[in-house]
Amino acid sequence: MTITELMPFSVLVPLIASLVCALLPGRFWPWAVTLAAAIASAIIAALTLPAAAQTTLSYAFGNWPPPIGIEYRVDAANAFVALLVAGMAAITLPWAKKSVDKEVPERQGTFYALFLLALAGLLGITLSGDAFNIFVFLEISSLATYGLIAYGSDRRALLASFRYLIMGTVGATFLLIGIGFLYVMTGTLNLHDLSERLPEVRDTSTVRAALAFIIVGMGLKLAMLPLHLWLPNAYTYAPSFVTVFLAGTATKVALYVMLRFVFTVFAPDWSFVVLPLSTVLMILGVAGMFAGSWVAMFQPNIKRMLAYSSVAQVGYMVLGVSLVSVVGLTAAFLHLFNHALMKAALFMAVGTVIYQVGSARIEQFRGLGRTMPWTLTAFALAGLSIIGVPLTAGFISKWYLIQAALDQGQWVLVALILITSLMAIIYIWRVIEAAWFKQREPDQQAVGEAPLTLLIPTWVLVALNFYFGIDTRLTVGGATAAAEALLSGGLLP
Amino acid sequence: MMTALSFFNYWVVVILMMIGFYCVIARGNMVKKIMGLNLFQTSVFILFISAGKIVGGSTPILREGVEVYSNPLPHVLILTAIVVGIATTAVGLALAVRINEAYGSIEDDYIAEEEDGDGQ
Repeated sequence: MTITELMPFSVLVPLIASLVCALLPGRFWPWAVTLAAAIASAIIAALTLPAAAQTTLSYAFGNWPPPIGIEYRVDAANAFVALLVAGMAAITLPWAKKSVDKEVPERQGTFYALFLLALAGLLGITLSGDAFNIFVFLEISSLATYGLIAYGSDRRALLASFRYLIMGTVGATFLLIGIGFLYVMTGTLNLHDLSERLPEVRDTSTVRAALAFIIVGMGLKLAMLPLHLWLPNAYTYAPSFVTVFLAGTATKVALYVMLRFVFTVFAPDWSFVVLPLSTVLMILGVAGMFAGSWVAMFQPNIKRMLAYSSVAQVGYMVLGVSLVSVVGLTAAFLHLFNHALMKAALFMAVGTVIYQVGSARIEQFRGLGRTMPWTLTAFALAGLSIIGVPLTAGFISKWYLIQAALDQGQWVLVALILITSLMAIIYIWRVIEAAWFKQREPDQQAVGEAPLTLLIPTWVLVALNFYFGIDTRLTVGGATAAAEALLSGGLLP
Repeated sequence: MMTALSFFNYWVVVILMMIGFYCVIARGNMVKKIMGLNLFQTSVFILFISAGKIVGGSTPILREGVEVYSNPLPHVLILTAIVVGIATTAVGLALAVRINEAYGSIEDDYIAEEEDGDGQ
């Protein structure tokens, strides 16, 4: 079996395992099957990345040759994102066991089946080379996500899920309209084939409208600033494990789809000229960085604070894209990877606190630095990464972002990036202040350190934050290859 | 002949889409929101199906004496999209039922008041 034949299994394994999972009773086996499927997926994705970085892998489903059949077409860009998604699932699942047992005591078979569907959907989006297939996988992962969010114990989880369903469906339908317009103009749905046939017809209002629809649709899914309204509630009220996984993967995959369309399908020398994309994305990115960080500073609920911080981090990625250069795109891909690491570590630390204390409100963090030193130290160290302190992964991505801005002489952007990093210090500091410099109130319950099954996965992610801050061969190498793969389609404007 | 009327299907698509979108945004009742979402999705289905029709084309079945036939692919795609739409509606309605159990209402205004009571 060659790597090309193996690669589709990273989608098929979770898809089939979800069926098995839905039928399993009890609490242990659904989780065990999910973990095994996620690890298998991650291993396949890890094997795919080096092969895809050398040549583009293409697998034709059912042996129907593309562009007629559905093709999985994997280059450095999707292999990088697929490794991130499958890897995050495999790393966070060991943590999930205890947290999910507490927050979702019943019907865990269905819960893990939905999780596997979401995972299969996200991986399908990244690997597929067929536009309509991407839409179907997007809806598979979204529908599973709505179900997962509704599992939250607070009744507001239902509202958050419903609102996400409305906005997410509108976003996905916009993508469908865009794909429809492209199909009408070219008669093909294969992304590679589209990129070859589009240049002949692209100076028509239909194709321009398609570009606009796809950008707005994916902007919704990716929580780009004015379209981010679904995200804070969804992240706040979902079960902790769902938040950890979504924060690490869902918005990243949406960003990937947007980049795939803007850069590969419509060449950047067209898409960035016909629409003022560079300006629009830059303004929205910077606005997202500021608004997200600003609102995060005043949130009494730490999960919601981190959710707004995610809106800000998406801003950094969008800003990297808006610079339309290899370094800028590299920064976007780097931040996509590093942000998944740091935000998952932060949400896991907060989830551990919720496991012990039962709430993520800032008052509940008082004095925890002494009674739960390992959990809160993990939070503080992952916080350093989100601020962008040297030797952490967050520093590397901000470094590349600043370099990309400097290459174009955009001094203002550099200042803005530094200011928003200072705002990150403030919101992370609030937690540290409560945890170490305030006493626990007498009426608050005293808690001890969390169990090791929660601490070890959290610390693995914290360690990865520092590892990828020092040894950047995998991340920078992968991100550069991904950026070059996307830009190979067309010349820069 | 290219008149405004020859784009009849597309006019219907635009009108349906806007009615659906308006319902999603303006209606406070969650079931009505889902109905709006359905209209919105259906309009896109009509867009795809209309694009597959070829004037004077027959049904896409291989038989004697037929040279021109409509494009069958949009129909197949939309069959899938309809399934996705039904799944979305089902999940949305299931959530509406759960919200009704939790809040005693599916009206946005009423729930917003309740939500304020829940605190942060």
